Amino acid sequence: MDKLLEVNELTKRYSQGNVLTRVTLTAADHVSFYIKPAEIFTLAGESGCGKTTTAKVVLGFEEATSGTIIHNGKLQTRKEKVWITEGVQAIFQDPFSTFNPLRTVDRYFFETVQNLILAVSKQQAIELIDRKLQAVGLSYEEFAGKYPSEFSGGQLQRISIARALLTNPTLLIADEPVSMVDASLRMSIVNLFKKLRDELGVSILYITHDLATAYYVSDRIAIMFRGNIVEMGTVEQVLMNPRHPYSKLLRESIPQADPKKRWTTEITLSELEQEEYLRRGCKFAGRCPDVMEICKGVAPADIYVDDVLVKCHKYSSTQEI
Amino acid sequence: MAEKKRTILRTDKLKAFYILEMQGTQKIIKAVNDVDMEIYENEIYGIAGESGCGKTTLLKALFNDIVPPLRLVSGKIYYCINWDKEVDVTTLSPEEKRQLRMEYISYIPQGSMSVLNPVLKLKETYKDFIGSHLSGQSQEEIFELARKQIRVLGLPKNILDVYPHQLSGGMRQRVTIALASLLKPRIMIGDEPTTALDVVVQRGVIQMLKMIQENLKNTIILVTHDMGVHANIADRIGIMYAGKIVEEGSTEQIFGQPLHPYTQFLINSLPKFGDKNMRSSVPGNPPSMADLPAGCPFHPRCPHVKEICRQEMPDFCYPDENHRVACWLVGEGKHG
Repeated sequence: MDKLLEVNELTKRYSQGNVLTRVTLTAADHVSFYIKPAEIFTLAGESGCGKTTTAKVVLGFEEATSGTIIHNGKLQTRKEKVWITEGVQAIFQDPFSTFNPLRTVDRYFFETVQNLILAVSKQQAIELIDRKLQAVGLSYEEFAGKYPSEFSGGQLQRISIARALLTNPTLLIADEPVSMVDASLRMSIVNLFKKLRDELGVSILYITHDLATAYYVSDRIAIMFRGNIVEMGTVEQVLMNPRHPYSKLLRESIPQADPKKRWTTEITLSELEQEEYLRRGCKFAGRCPDVMEICKGVAPADIYVDDVLVKCHKYSSTQEI
Repeated sequence: MAEKKRTILRTDKLKAFYILEMQGTQKIIKAVNDVDMEIYENEIYGIAGESGCGKTTLLKALFNDIVPPLRLVSGKIYYCINWDKEVDVTTLSPEEKRQLRMEYISYIPQGSMSVLNPVLKLKETYKDFIGSHLSGQSQEEIFELARKQIRVLGLPKNILDVYPHQLSGGMRQRVTIALASLLKPRIMIGDEPTTALDVVVQRGVIQMLKMIQENLKNTIILVTHDMGVHANIADRIGIMYAGKIVEEGSTEQIFGQPLHPYTQFLINSLPKFGDKNMRSSVPGNPPSMADLPAGCPFHPRCPHVKEICRQEMPDFCYPDENHRVACWLVGEGKHG
């Protein structure tokens, strides 16, 4: 099978505290997934689940403690700066901090064009930039010479996507691209991702905690919890029929725009992230409604149920038979 | 609704503009433009709208915190203090305003990160907070009060001894809400208290707000752009667009029969599970409030625009009890 990006057994550990109080947290614990060409793959989970850490390692901002990343059949190491030329681009959460408020936005575009020698004359550069802006539903005229404060959050996020498109990337890594954008304008970003996938064949690693947009836009999804992928499969299977208790909780916690579907059950929140990270068995055991004795001591293995990966002891018996 | 609800907060043709002087030219940003609203006792009132529609400014005005460059141009804000006495709070002295704050009306800000002092343990924040409002309390009494509330709200017991940075975003937000509800205010104002939180944590925060409201039987005014949150918690909702309330009604009315095209867009733009059909966001961009279009401010983005929309702002019409909407498409000939 064709794989654009393959992440194998990626582990990233961070140390916290001083000599006496040092604890090591495994922010990403043997994370494995792959992305096919022209596919939107979602990494979902709450904050502190390791999804941003995974993205940082894939982008080459951080070195992995162990594990490999293969992009286009080539093993990636941090020392060789292969990322820029190989067409991996990133989009970040807050469009207002992506751009310097004191610089006009178009300068970023011209800089990228100059640094990577994408055009030889100013006219050519403007044509290229205009083409990329058209792809995100903007134009050069309405953007030239303006400061970031003159755009709305949604526009600015689309501008940062256009900037990422300058190098004709094959993979976009979007870290919470819509969480700072108004709910009413979110769809314009998400629809744009669909368009990029369908028309330009760009693959997108979509990192989010918003399962509703994830369902709408992506092909496959992985739910992360405290450094582990707890469930992975196609969105229909994972989100319409969640198997892992954590996926179920996430799915239920999305507020539905329907006053008849209010939450009726109460939930308990985790008291401390660290505690859950350091838990020996299943990391979700402290909050799981279906917790069993085995969950507290032994970490569950990856189990495949109908082609969906589930990391939960509830399903281990079905595999043994 | 059998009994008539008692009003606790009322605004009368409230106009609050930002007036900026730059190099001799004056720039007026009409952030709150002619808002009439009545908020009742013992309800959760939701205000929805896009960013930059004046929601936060309206909250500032309701909180009676109008400081330059924001100016009260006209209109009045009434609080119903001591059950039946209506007071125009814009005329109060700074000291009287200060006394009302946190005791009568409290504010839950959006960025809980910047609310709590990062170099003080939370117990110092509590001490500061209680000490400046309740005089003559000993340290022990203050901590007793704080601990009691922490127990009721189900926060971790050791929370008074930690620094804000040791807490997760959701926990910090819950501590901020705990502080805002500590003095049992009659009105609590929340400015996007759950935005930027995860769905699970958001659910926990909403659960806590609901619990506080049930315990104190007070009023919560909640601003968020997430219609899902409104559907879950609000009793009544006001939809705000370009400094005006364009539609107001009970949660059932707003989600059941949204009448204003903007409200319909807000609700229909949300993705739903089991439905992968193309959904579009509200077309265009919010107007600049320094340069509002003539007539109904929504007309450049409205798919059903008529000639009159470009010329005149519609008045409210009342298609149903407690449901009002300002749109020319609704209630032919009944405006004004």
